[in-house]
Amino acid sequence: MIALTWLGVAVMTAGVVFLALGGLGLVRMPDTYTRIQAGTKATTLGTILSLFGAALIMPGWSIKLLLIALFLMFTNPLSSQVLARAAHRAGVPATDKTKADALADDQEGLA
Amino acid sequence: MSDTFAPAKLFATMFVFWLLLNGALQLDVIVVGLLVAGGITYFFAGSLSFLSGYRVSVASAKATAGYLAFFFTELVRANLAMAWLVLDPALPMTPAIVKVRTRLQHPVARLLLANSITLTPGTLSVELRGEWIYVHWVVAQTTDPEAATEAIVAGFEKYLEVMYD
Repeated sequence: MIALTWLGVAVMTAGVVFLALGGLGLVRMPDTYTRIQAGTKATTLGTILSLFGAALIMPGWSIKLLLIALFLMFTNPLSSQVLARAAHRAGVPATDKTKADALADDQEGLA
Repeated sequence: MSDTFAPAKLFATMFVFWLLLNGALQLDVIVVGLLVAGGITYFFAGSLSFLSGYRVSVASAKATAGYLAFFFTELVRANLAMAWLVLDPALPMTPAIVKVRTRLQHPVARLLLANSITLTPGTLSVELRGEWIYVHWVVAQTTDPEAATEAIVAGFEKYLEVMYD
C-alpha cells in the first residue's frame, strides 16, 4: 500500500516535470506554431502521468481518471490543430528558421 | 459507409461513458443519462461517433493493441525529444510545414491519424484537405512529400488501415 503511494508520487512528479518543461517551452519557442507544439505534447503526457499517479494513490478513482485521460487525448490534439489552422489562415508568420511551407505554396496555386 | 447501427453506437458510447464517469447505477443517474444521450443521438444521428467504421475482428483487435503500444511509445519519445529541445540553450530546430498523403479513407481513421501526428515527435497537424495532411514539423528532416509520409504517417497508418473500413 505504502509502496503504491510512493510510486504514485513518483509518477505524479514526473508528470509535473513535463508540465513545467511545457511551460518553459511556451516561453522559449520562437513562434506560434512551435509554441503550440511545446504546449500540446508536454501537457498531454504531463497530465496523463499526473492522472496515472493519482490512480496509483487512490485506486478507487482509476476508472474515472482513465476516462478523463481518454477525453484529454482526443480533445487536446484537436484544439491544438484548430488553433494552428486558424493561425495559419490568419497569416500568422512562422519563425525565420522555417525551411518550407507547403500549405502556403499550395494556397498560392489555388488563388 | 452508411451504417444502420451508427445511432445505436453513438448512443451506447455516450451512455456507457456517462455511467462509468458516475460510477453508480442509481435511478436518477440512469434516467439523466438516457435522456441526454438520447437527445444528442436524436440531433446528431447522422454524425460520426467514435466507433463508426471500426471493424470488429481478431485482426482489428490485434492492430488496436499494436496501435496503442506504438502510440504510447511515440508519445513518451515525443516528450523527451521536446524536453531536450527546450532545455538546449541553442534551440536547435529546423521547422517546416510539409505535406503528407494518407491512404486511409474513413473520416474517423483520418481523425485518429491527425490526432496521433499531433501528439508525436515534433509534428503538429495544421490542415486537412482530402487525403493530404499539412504537418508542422519542428525538426524537419525532409520537405519531400513521399519521404515525409514515410517518416510521419507510415507507422500509424499500418495499424489504422486494419482497424477501420
